[in-house]
Amino acid sequence: MTLDLLVAILMTVAGAATPLLIAALGELVVEKSGVLNLGVEGMMLIGAVTGFAVAYVTGVPTFGALAALCAGALVSLVFAVLTLSLMANQVATGLALTIFGTGVSALIGAPFVGITTATLGPLFAFDDPLMRLVFGHSPLVYLGLALTLAVWWFLRHSRRGLVLRAVGESDEAAHAIGYPVLKIRYLAVLFGGAMAGLAGCYYSLVLTPMWAERLTAGRGWIAIALVVFASWKPGRLLLGAYLFGLVITMELQAKAAGFNMFAPEFLAALPYLATIAVLAIISFARKGDANAPACLGKSFRATA
Amino acid sequence: MFKLTKRRLLSAATFAAASLAIPASFAQDSGAKDKVKAAFVYVGPVGDFGWTYAHDEARKCMVEQLGDKVETTFVENVAEGPDSERVIRQLAQDGADIVFTTSFGFMNPTIKVAKQFPDVKFEHATGYQTGSDNMSLYNAKFYQGRAVLGTIAGKMSESGKAGYIASFPIPEVVMGINAFTLAAKKVNPDFETQVVWVNSWYDPAKEADAANALLSQGADVITQHTDSPAPLQAAEKAGAIAFGQASDMSSFAPNAHMTAIVDDWCPYYVKRVEAVLDGSWEADNVWLGMADGEVVMSPFSDKMPEDVKEAAQKVYDDTKAGTYEVFTGPITDQSGEVRVPEGETLSEEDLLKMDWYVEGVKS
Repeated sequence: MTLDLLVAILMTVAGAATPLLIAALGELVVEKSGVLNLGVEGMMLIGAVTGFAVAYVTGVPTFGALAALCAGALVSLVFAVLTLSLMANQVATGLALTIFGTGVSALIGAPFVGITTATLGPLFAFDDPLMRLVFGHSPLVYLGLALTLAVWWFLRHSRRGLVLRAVGESDEAAHAIGYPVLKIRYLAVLFGGAMAGLAGCYYSLVLTPMWAERLTAGRGWIAIALVVFASWKPGRLLLGAYLFGLVITMELQAKAAGFNMFAPEFLAALPYLATIAVLAIISFARKGDANAPACLGKSFRATA
Repeated sequence: MFKLTKRRLLSAATFAAASLAIPASFAQDSGAKDKVKAAFVYVGPVGDFGWTYAHDEARKCMVEQLGDKVETTFVENVAEGPDSERVIRQLAQDGADIVFTTSFGFMNPTIKVAKQFPDVKFEHATGYQTGSDNMSLYNAKFYQGRAVLGTIAGKMSESGKAGYIASFPIPEVVMGINAFTLAAKKVNPDFETQVVWVNSWYDPAKEADAANALLSQGADVITQHTDSPAPLQAAEKAGAIAFGQASDMSSFAPNAHMTAIVDDWCPYYVKRVEAVLDGSWEADNVWLGMADGEVVMSPFSDKMPEDVKEAAQKVYDDTKAGTYEVFTGPITDQSGEVRVPEGETLSEEDLLKMDWYVEGVKS
């Protein structure tokens, strides 16, 4: 295996892992606050189409990314109002959000089918493969890594992170102490939406710079699976995202090399099998506790 | 007091349906018409820039040619399966004279509805069976276009290795891979086609990753039987060459895009609607290609050297004239066994159930 090929593979891994990582980080914070938002796919699509549209109209891809961030947060606000203030079922509302996002993104995107735009590509170009591996990625790849560190520090070492975790573990207790449960959950959901939007625009501005209906093709669901796979820990999430990216890439690389030891269907199923296996192992090791936030998916109404 | 029961509702509905259906079936004769109502059922959005887009362009082109002798309607984004049956029936009920159902999965619903509306003509694209003599089948020989792409690839590739991004191993896709490889090997006997199955008709990110994997392993030509322009973008970045799928995709890859196979259903639609107009319509099963103008190539890129252009044009012209058929023996399969002896040509029947690869295909 030549160095060039190795670098090419690793670059593709980073490309496949980054949107999963960013979307999953957002969902991790949402779930840590006790809310289950299954609308990641829909929010990603809204982010993808908004990012593309704004980048195309303004000619500045950075504006596109910022717009994607805002658009994701805006749609997640709909989810927040429905589930937090109006106490709608979180699973059903999340699924509805995905369907809504798929439809609305197709509607917004109709005039943008079949055109390309400036991309949010690497800042520096290098001929040397090693330099390219270290510095030659899209800024979003580095942002994903920085965000992982930030989320880890926030949840583990900051006071606000502790409060957010408390709300997710026992909303009643947190409320009794005097923490604003709903406000914290609103903020968490908005953060999750913004991250999903940003992850979505990674597809339309970096990986495949174009807009077409259902551009993300189900990656939002992988992001949700990833949160469970990582057992709600940012460090493992990073590992998991790159592992998923590696499996996705190796499946294609193996086929491109004409390497047919495993059925391709098996390789394609591997990330999901891995998620189930990890869940089983964790549950078994901790005797039924997979580290899920105790209030995950439950509605909260202040009673006192 | 009139009580609303399920039985009464049902009988009322049956009566209503019968009273609607009877005049429709008595009002028609098989003779000529002044004006034809044609309806189209599409599986995707008309803006998909691929399959459905091509059908809708053909519909518009037909309207342009026939003027006020035809009136068209279409329903887009129709899911394959039970929902499509409802849509097709509705169109027939609304007085369509001819209904075109343009996706493989509409076949069984079309058969069902065709039996219920014997005086409406039905045309189904890419299917393999009908149930009554008011239903026709039509398809296009896209593999003829793949032979043109293969010729270009064989001439232009320096590594002699092409990457082929494929969706599902069905005969339609397999014969495309084989036609491409056979044509390329005629120009460069050592040519190889590496196939990567992505198990999807449409997954831009995966298609792009597959293209990148192939490019990093030495392929300098990318071709695809999936619907998004993502592989072209990957080829553009890597400085390789690539081909558009179903429509001209040069806007996505101005340097890499050499040409594209374009589906032109317009001549067929004009012909069939004219047949309904003059009363000569008959059920048929047609598989048309370049000779009928149904499969065409988008303009060759300026980046293509003159001799390559000439060779590609020659394949196109000869196919059109009927003197070139890519599946002419000798053809050996992957294991080296001769499948088609010298001088013989694979029959259409064998092509439509092709499940083996020619020598030079790696999958």
